[in-house]
Amino acid sequence: MIEQKGKTAIIRIFHVHKQYGAKKALTDITLDVLKNDFLFINGPSGAGKTTLLKLLYRGEPVSEGQILIDGLNLSRISRRRIPFLRRQFGIIFQDYKLIPTKTVFENISIVLESRGKKRRFIEKKINSLLRTVGMADRRDAFPPSLSGGEQQRIAVARAVAGDPKIILADEPTGSLDNESASIIIKLLKQFHTRGATIIIATHDRQLIRETGGRVIQLSQGQLRFVTFQETVKTDPADAGPT
Amino acid sequence: MQGRHNRSDFSIFIMKLFCQKAIHDIRTNRFLNTVTVITIGLSVLIVSAFTLFIVNAGDMMRDWEKGVQLMAYLEPDIQEAVRLEIKDRIQSMPGIAKIRFISSVEALHQLKMQMKRQSAILKGLDKNPLPDAFEIRMTGAARDLQQVEALANRLESVEGVAEVEYGQQWLGRFLDIFNLLRLAGYAIGGIFFMAAVFIVANTIRLVLYSRQEEIEIMRLIGATDGFIKAPFYIEGLIQGACGGIIGIAALFLAYFLVASNIQQDFSSNLLTIRFLPPVIVLSIILCSMFVGWLGCYLSLKQFLKV
Repeated sequence: MIEQKGKTAIIRIFHVHKQYGAKKALTDITLDVLKNDFLFINGPSGAGKTTLLKLLYRGEPVSEGQILIDGLNLSRISRRRIPFLRRQFGIIFQDYKLIPTKTVFENISIVLESRGKKRRFIEKKINSLLRTVGMADRRDAFPPSLSGGEQQRIAVARAVAGDPKIILADEPTGSLDNESASIIIKLLKQFHTRGATIIIATHDRQLIRETGGRVIQLSQGQLRFVTFQETVKTDPADAGPT
Repeated sequence: MQGRHNRSDFSIFIMKLFCQKAIHDIRTNRFLNTVTVITIGLSVLIVSAFTLFIVNAGDMMRDWEKGVQLMAYLEPDIQEAVRLEIKDRIQSMPGIAKIRFISSVEALHQLKMQMKRQSAILKGLDKNPLPDAFEIRMTGAARDLQQVEALANRLESVEGVAEVEYGQQWLGRFLDIFNLLRLAGYAIGGIFFMAAVFIVANTIRLVLYSRQEEIEIMRLIGATDGFIKAPFYIEGLIQGACGGIIGIAALFLAYFLVASNIQQDFSSNLLTIRFLPPVIVLSIILCSMFVGWLGCYLSLKQFLKV
């Protein structure tokens, strides 16, 4: 494992290629993500950001190359083990992906139920999470009755409910207003300080400048460069997705 | 010990959770589930009606078989010594329970008694046309029609026996029809079984399509296929059980109405229809639950493969 300032790599990507038929989505990606990293994958639409995230949680198989998650080679993982791999991840989507027919509580409880947690534990955990994301009073609401920002806060609560090592967020602020977006980023930072590795795919450069962290730049499926962005404080009223 | 308690508590919790989810799904997709339950119920009704017929027809056949007796008619003018020899030979044959000699005089007397008012026809006879005969009853184990037939052939080969008759010869022909109906019953049962499985599979598939996004989300958060599938299996089992119970209840109602009428018409014990024994009722309900489970299995196998 690669070590950097005492940190080990939790994700290792070796010469990964991904093709959909004749179309190349990713070409020769090699990258290490360290434990407790705060990483942005930046690039325009169609650059391969979402594809790269999908490869990490085995939403798609790689066409070529290898990916290691905490030492586990995804090319050798059986279909039955995929759910257990995914439990290492908390995934946040731009369109929230909440189940509209289930309450806020039920949406989060699925994560814990599927891991075989007991009712009392689930109640306690979800109440605590809802307090953290500021949604304790909307426990019994159904997602369609919530605003976009509120739904994304529930999605964050769901993503962290299983205490994942890695949080993957695909354009988490893409459909939110500035205020909601900054709440989501604050929450992600909070979970980062608690030890989680955060990977955010976004095309929003302003968000990266305001948040700070390691940035990888994707363009036409190729990794262009890796940089470190210092936090640049701006007036939240001016900040917004570009 | 504590660990075992915890495990059983956990299993109860998980089962309760799956059952709650299944019941919630049934409530949400009320129309689809009602259609499925009614279809299973109708299939069960038709198949169990056939079973009811076969069970009662089988009972009837057994009753008739019990009454099988053979008549061995002797050649005319047989000496008593020869007759006794014939009797000894017949008695030595396996499966014979009782043998009784009926002389031609006794036979004519019996005939006159049976004919009552029409017995005047017999008065004009100048000679007794009836032969001497042996009435033969068989042991319980030998009442099978094939064995009766074999015995009849053996009796016919005895010297001094002119003809052998057993009143239920027609039973053989009825048995053939009965076997044909039983075969048809199996075929119809098989067809309805497949139809019910197909319908359950389609219902579950429709439910799966309506919940495609939810299932996808569950997979993304790390739910195992087992966790996703279990409520559907319970749903299938509930559908099967409900369909089975409805089918059997409808059959019982029909039985109650039809059987009471038939038994009134045949006021004697000539025709008694009994309902399916509890073991068969339970088997039918278990079978319909299996239909529900199989329908789910086929749908889920196809749906979650992707």
